[in-house]
Amino acid sequence: MIAAALASIGRPVLAGLAAVGRVARFAGEAITHLIRPPFYLREFGHSLLQIGWFSLPVVGLTALFTGGALALQIYSGGARFNAESVVPSIVAIGMARELGPVLGGLMVAARVASSIAAEIGTMKVTEQIDALVTLSTNPMKYLVVPRVLAATLAVPVLVAVGDSIGIMGGWLVGITRLDFNSAGYLKTTTDFLETWDVASGMIKGAAFGFIVALMGCYFGMNSARGAQGVGAATKSAVVAASVLILAANYLLTEVFFTS
Amino acid sequence: MIELSAVTKTFGANRVLRGVDLILPRGQSMVVIGGSGTGKSVLLKCILGLVRPDAGRITLDGEDVAKAERDAFLARFGMLFQGGALFDSLRVWENVAFRLMRGAKAMPPDAARAIALEKLRRVGLTPAVADQYPAELSGGMQKRVGLARAIAAEPEIIFFDEPTTGLDPIMSGVINALIREIVVEMGATAMTITHDMSSVRAIADRVAMLHAGVIQWTGPVADMDAAPDPYLQQFIHGRADGPIESVR
Repeated sequence: MIAAALASIGRPVLAGLAAVGRVARFAGEAITHLIRPPFYLREFGHSLLQIGWFSLPVVGLTALFTGGALALQIYSGGARFNAESVVPSIVAIGMARELGPVLGGLMVAARVASSIAAEIGTMKVTEQIDALVTLSTNPMKYLVVPRVLAATLAVPVLVAVGDSIGIMGGWLVGITRLDFNSAGYLKTTTDFLETWDVASGMIKGAAFGFIVALMGCYFGMNSARGAQGVGAATKSAVVAASVLILAANYLLTEVFFTS
Repeated sequence: MIELSAVTKTFGANRVLRGVDLILPRGQSMVVIGGSGTGKSVLLKCILGLVRPDAGRITLDGEDVAKAERDAFLARFGMLFQGGALFDSLRVWENVAFRLMRGAKAMPPDAARAIALEKLRRVGLTPAVADQYPAELSGGMQKRVGLARAIAAEPEIIFFDEPTTGLDPIMSGVINALIREIVVEMGATAMTITHDMSSVRAIADRVAMLHAGVIQWTGPVADMDAAPDPYLQQFIHGRADGPIESVR
């Protein structure tokens, strides 16, 4: 009875640990291939375009509306203790440190992790990955490394652009709906925003980009057969990337801001 | 020469290969036949190292393939996959020239494209196809592109996995004839997997029948019809009655 109960707890724990081990090994393999030739520059460029440039509209729109909503919330919350004037500084710090990287990361996870997992999963079930191997091309180098590197480099830039658009969203709402003076709003923003606020958000973005591409590639490469297998891989990639982004965000915030 | 000795492979509870012994002599065209799900593709993938056998030994010219230097080993092979396995994101000529543009002996794109066009012509496709994407081609054309890719680097050994599956009889005949011509012309060693008997008769020098995880029968194609093996006879004549269960 007790043994059966322990076994029912132990089995999923062991399965979970085994999955963590497989992902860690996959990540380690990807990192070692990152620094060893051959390098596929064309695939890297293509990935950079797909992950970075084409994610710009969704990240920009998310940041714009978030910055605007944040300004309204801080204004209405701050009014309870006569602190409406903190809107510009809180919007800037909130966007740069937290909302820019986290929401940007989650939007990229939804858009990119799903797309990578579906593409690589389809390649797996249609034997294209086997074909790569028979053509003396390592799939880790050809498929995984360019995507992981592109996402790790592109997402921080997306975060920086998203921060700017988010702050602009707050400014727009501030001057059109909350009676802020435009020059005053911008001066408060620049006075309070520190380099580290932006840099920490960009570092988070790099970590989130790595997570997004890694999860897309891992679940794609391990996709089961058929449309259902590819669908399941896509779903798992998005869920895992999103959860890991939130967990990594907490850990990085602890490291950056609590010492 | 490729030699398999007591090769086994199990997936979960499914013992697919149960001790396969097979010799493929250099310059010969071997066709492996057998019902669906009997492990024919797994056998090919074991030789190429895409699937690792649980036990047994596979050698190429006496060298254990598991210990061979991978790039040099794979450079000796070309493979036509069942569904073509063409890379969707690349144009037809880039698919054909894929190997030529990579590795230590990578060619400049212009030279690789010229060879790709020549190989496409060899399989009966015009240069107009070269700049299209695989999704724009019919199934038969995709097979031809796959065939062009398999022979682009003029490999010593070519594997064909179900080369005529999904094609109409005329296109099947065209592909079979192309395979035979190319194998003879290049002097390549070939292994083809199929359950299409017209392919067997068109392509094979030797035939091996895989059943229940072992080689049930092997011999020259000329001996196939007269062979007394009841499994082989049931299979080549497509009879529902016989020692092979029709419901598997």
